Amino acid sequence: MAGAAQNPDLSSLKATIAVTGLKTGDNPQPGVAVIRSIRAAGFAGRIIGLVYDSMESGIYLEDLVDEVYQMPYPSAGAEAFLARIEYIVSKQKIDVIIPTLDSEVILYIRLQDELHKMGIKSYLPTEECFLLRDKTRLASYFPPRGILVPDTMLISDASQIMNSRDNFPMMIKGSYYEAYKANNYEEALKYFYEIESRWGLPILLQKMIYGDEYNIVIVGDGEGGILGMVPQKKLVITDKGKGFGGVVIDNPELREFATKVISSLKWRGPCELEVMRGYDGLYYLIEINPRFPAWVRLAEGSGQNQPAAVVLKALGQELAELPPCKPGTLFIRHAEDIITDISVMGEVSAKSELIRR
Amino acid sequence: MDYSKLTNLAMNDNGFIFDPASGYSYTSNETGLYIMKLLAQGMDKDAICAKFMAEYEVSEDNFNSDFEHYMLMLEALALVEY
Repeated sequence: MAGAAQNPDLSSLKATIAVTGLKTGDNPQPGVAVIRSIRAAGFAGRIIGLVYDSMESGIYLEDLVDEVYQMPYPSAGAEAFLARIEYIVSKQKIDVIIPTLDSEVILYIRLQDELHKMGIKSYLPTEECFLLRDKTRLASYFPPRGILVPDTMLISDASQIMNSRDNFPMMIKGSYYEAYKANNYEEALKYFYEIESRWGLPILLQKMIYGDEYNIVIVGDGEGGILGMVPQKKLVITDKGKGFGGVVIDNPELREFATKVISSLKWRGPCELEVMRGYDGLYYLIEINPRFPAWVRLAEGSGQNQPAAVVLKALGQELAELPPCKPGTLFIRHAEDIITDISVMGEVSAKSELIRR
Repeated sequence: MDYSKLTNLAMNDNGFIFDPASGYSYTSNETGLYIMKLLAQGMDKDAICAKFMAEYEVSEDNFNSDFEHYMLMLEALALVEY
């Protein structure tokens, strides 16, 4: 008889792990939570923080990362990115990278071979799979596979909003970030121009689904299976729509729905599903984020250490399914001031790196 | 009447109830919690009524009226189904 599923033990792992996205605050990035989970698995090796800006708050936590390096923004392109990584590995070997930001994941996918040559491994989906979860493709890819997605219209001209004037309220969304509820044509027009100025076109106009929202953090095995899955219901939501509190739930219908999504995509690596259970009792796929969410510590806290599993999978280790999570486990996000000397900021700003230990 | 959803609820003695399927939580007074726990154990309305009449000074009519009212509340919360 097989033993009970266990979480990965990283206490004897000799490796250096790099993690991106160390900003917390009102729109927190997942890096700090990912690192905390890896440490909770007993990992005592070096952790490198890769940041885009010297104000990412995780830089200033004494016990979080051993080294910090500033990276060029993804928009600077592959050449600048690779040059910076080459510089970093010339100083400190990196074994695993866990990217945690939407905008950078595609770069890490496309440059996997180059990174591999430098000895850096990751656990990410294929490019094809990554593109299928793009917001602009959800409504065409999933419904034929029996997975409901709210009716969606892609628009590239504000005049197209008129075609939906009888359907308000509707959701209006940027293809990367931001989503607003537009109650009427005028509001939709305002949001259209705001989103266009920040994120460009196309913009999505989507039917409102009334019901309960659930978020699920998952690690897929790339063959249609799932290594771990933790669903939560947000209990505290900020004015930006960010979940600052939530509780782990156990819902067989939701689990079945999420399994179907991952199986259909053959997703490899971490992701977050946003799902609505409509008042009609049906489940709708709203979004697939191609990385761990900022609340991923809830997975580790509820008994399923997904970031630790991703480290081992990146290193090519075999891993059985993770243990089940404990429903009723709650998280509440708590902000705290970090007190440090301005020389820390000076070092990151001037040298674009910080060696703590 | 289908009380099966009640069997999945996590109830503590302070009257805090958590539904792990939906993520919703509720609070109940002592009597409501007691009835919910008895229903979750599989006891039917008549047996609960007999138990209440033995333990409290309550008439059958009063019990039935309050019980029906309580079930309507639970139905509105989708915790029981008619």
